Amino acid sequence: MTDGTPLYLLALSVLLVAAVFYHVRDGARRRVFQSGRRPHSRSRYHGALAACAAAAGCAVAFCAGLAVRAAGSVAFDAVWIAALLGLGWLAGWRVSRRSSMTFRARPHVERIVRAGLAALSGLAVLITLGIVLSLLFEALLFFGDVSVAEFIFGTQWSPQTALREGQSGQSGMFGAVPVITGTLLITAVALLVAVPTGLMIAIYLSEYASRRTRALVKPMTEILAGIPPVVYGFFALLTIGPAVRSVAGALGANVPTQSALAAGLVMGVMIIPLISSLSDDVINAVPQSLRDGSYALGATRSETVRRAVLPSALPGIVSAVLLAVSRAIGETMIVVMAAGRGATLTANPLESVTTVTVQIVALLTGDQVFDSSKTRAAFALGLLLFAITLILNVVALIVVRRYKARYA
Amino acid sequence: MSRTLARRKRAETRFRFAGRAAIALALFALVWIVGSVLITGTGALTHHRVAVSTATTVDVALVSENDLLAQRRVSPQGGQFDVLATARLDQYLKGRNVALSEVERLTVARWRDEGRISRGFNTTLFTRPDSRDAERAGLKTALIGSVFMLALAAALALPLGIATAVYLDSFAPRAGWGGRITRVLEVNINNLAAVPSIVFGLLGLAVFINLVGLARSIALVGGLVLALRMFPTVVIASRAALESVPRRITDGALCLGASPVQVVFGTKLPLAGPGILTGSILGLAQALGETAPLLLIGMIAFMTEAPASLADPTTSLPVQVFLWSDGADSAWSERTAAAIIVLLGLLLLINGAATALRARLDRRR
Repeated sequence: MTDGTPLYLLALSVLLVAAVFYHVRDGARRRVFQSGRRPHSRSRYHGALAACAAAAGCAVAFCAGLAVRAAGSVAFDAVWIAALLGLGWLAGWRVSRRSSMTFRARPHVERIVRAGLAALSGLAVLITLGIVLSLLFEALLFFGDVSVAEFIFGTQWSPQTALREGQSGQSGMFGAVPVITGTLLITAVALLVAVPTGLMIAIYLSEYASRRTRALVKPMTEILAGIPPVVYGFFALLTIGPAVRSVAGALGANVPTQSALAAGLVMGVMIIPLISSLSDDVINAVPQSLRDGSYALGATRSETVRRAVLPSALPGIVSAVLLAVSRAIGETMIVVMAAGRGATLTANPLESVTTVTVQIVALLTGDQVFDSSKTRAAFALGLLLFAITLILNVVALIVVRRYKARYA
Repeated sequence: MSRTLARRKRAETRFRFAGRAAIALALFALVWIVGSVLITGTGALTHHRVAVSTATTVDVALVSENDLLAQRRVSPQGGQFDVLATARLDQYLKGRNVALSEVERLTVARWRDEGRISRGFNTTLFTRPDSRDAERAGLKTALIGSVFMLALAAALALPLGIATAVYLDSFAPRAGWGGRITRVLEVNINNLAAVPSIVFGLLGLAVFINLVGLARSIALVGGLVLALRMFPTVVIASRAALESVPRRITDGALCLGASPVQVVFGTKLPLAGPGILTGSILGLAQALGETAPLLLIGMIAFMTEAPASLADPTTSLPVQVFLWSDGADSAWSERTAAAIIVLLGLLLLINGAATALRARLDRRR
């Protein structure tokens, strides 16, 4: 289905539906004008109802045509167009015949609108289901080749399959431990940068800064948040990686350009705005009376922040940090460009490590056939990623809800 | 007593200093990132050309052979051609660290004396598709591909997202089993917004390419994936805008006898319009910068042709940045940074448009 016919047919259907709408509406208008009485529904509802019917007719014909096409025959485009227009027009005409001065078109239209909105909002569930099912399906195939225990507890990750058929060691090693520890290492470095910085920015902006400073700094953090990850990745690759390497070299350590430290630092900068804006919200939501009480007891500003504001804002800050962790774990471009591909099991940020997302990209962007355990491994990693981020988000959401309940 | 006070005062000063330091750090990072990109990238906005006549013997290490051939093909009777300098010569003329041989340096010096070398705006960067030669590589494919995919993503995600937001805000059941389903739906959308974008790439790969059988790296699949990515963002932004419409206005409409559907389409949506628009545009900006899911659906191929329809393979601006960032020498990093400047410029334009539109519509209210 790489030709444009379906698209043209969609455009044609839109035209037909619009034509039915205007035709029926004008017909209803003429009727009102000639009789001089008040109809139950305004003319445009008559038009809209007929248009809905026409759209339904077109949709049926369109889907039927797609199904026939998928079954193999291509050479019936003329029939398809005729069926589409004919069915659409017929449906519109059938409905418009019922239209009269007393016909209650509006309730019908409103019922259709409501049903349509409800159906569209079901799409979110469909997307989620699609994600879960597609990941699950491929991951299950993968776990048919490689046992779950090996995937979760294995410490060797070398998915390289052999170049020729029947070569020894063809299956590769799929122990995800070094990949996961690499992800956690980079995430830890990123959080070490982002949490103190973001939190202090939020505290300073909400407790200390003048209105003018706030108006200057807030947009700045928003710009930081708006820069695409690929730009951060380029920055890490071109500037930070070599910088870390040369600084470490001056101190006498031999650090590769693609170290966990470099990727983590840049990722930390990227996450700063996330933490600062989320914490800013919760700190502002802390009631002023708490601060006033603390001042009245003679506390200084910083003491008030540390002893009164932060403890009561803690749940919100925790959830901000959880969201930041989930963002850091799922971040792809920075690590693809600035972290390594080799899976080493280490806790030293000066070494090159790999991450879950890097491996997904590496496994799926080579020149290889799908349905090898190599490509399926990517889906298993994706499932892992999806599960971790989902849990983090749900926990963060629950924490925030509890917190809201306290001060609502 | 006074010692305690002094200690507390010092702690206060330290704390305040920490806050300022954090802001300074973020500001420094921002300036560093944008600055390094600007400094690296502005070099690629100009390029050197060499005037070559038919009689001149041409050194292909200094002058782009492909460009010369292309120009000869256009005007075979010969004459004077303004040919692109190779990336190597261009970098040398821009004072980068390029090693030219003795003979080459003499040739360049002679050309300079004869006034053959000129420096002008690098139109190639915007009008030509990608190429293996740095001097002939351009962003045409990426720009057109981005426009195609964003248009498709917006056409799908905006109506669907806004419709979902309207339903959840005004019509979804709040009590009983229906209410439970509504809450599941809400949590679901919030989570979808926080799912890493690469997972959407896996979804696109599994569903659109492996299941439906669409070709890899075509604009259609890219647009669909970006639409999925945009959808939760649009829903959340639109809901926030709808919720901010004052209750008294909708109640007033209901009192005048409007049906719930009329209230939504007649009063609520027009009032929430600016907010929805801003949120949607920001979602669009986010989709423009999205890279990872596009890599997974195969947009890492080398494209020397701009797409003519949604069914053609293409690439996008951030993907082009990623592909070019692989190039080792300064000519490529210069072009990568220039591509980033274009990307950031577009994002700035989009965000500026959102802000301006919002201000304008808000004033009219």
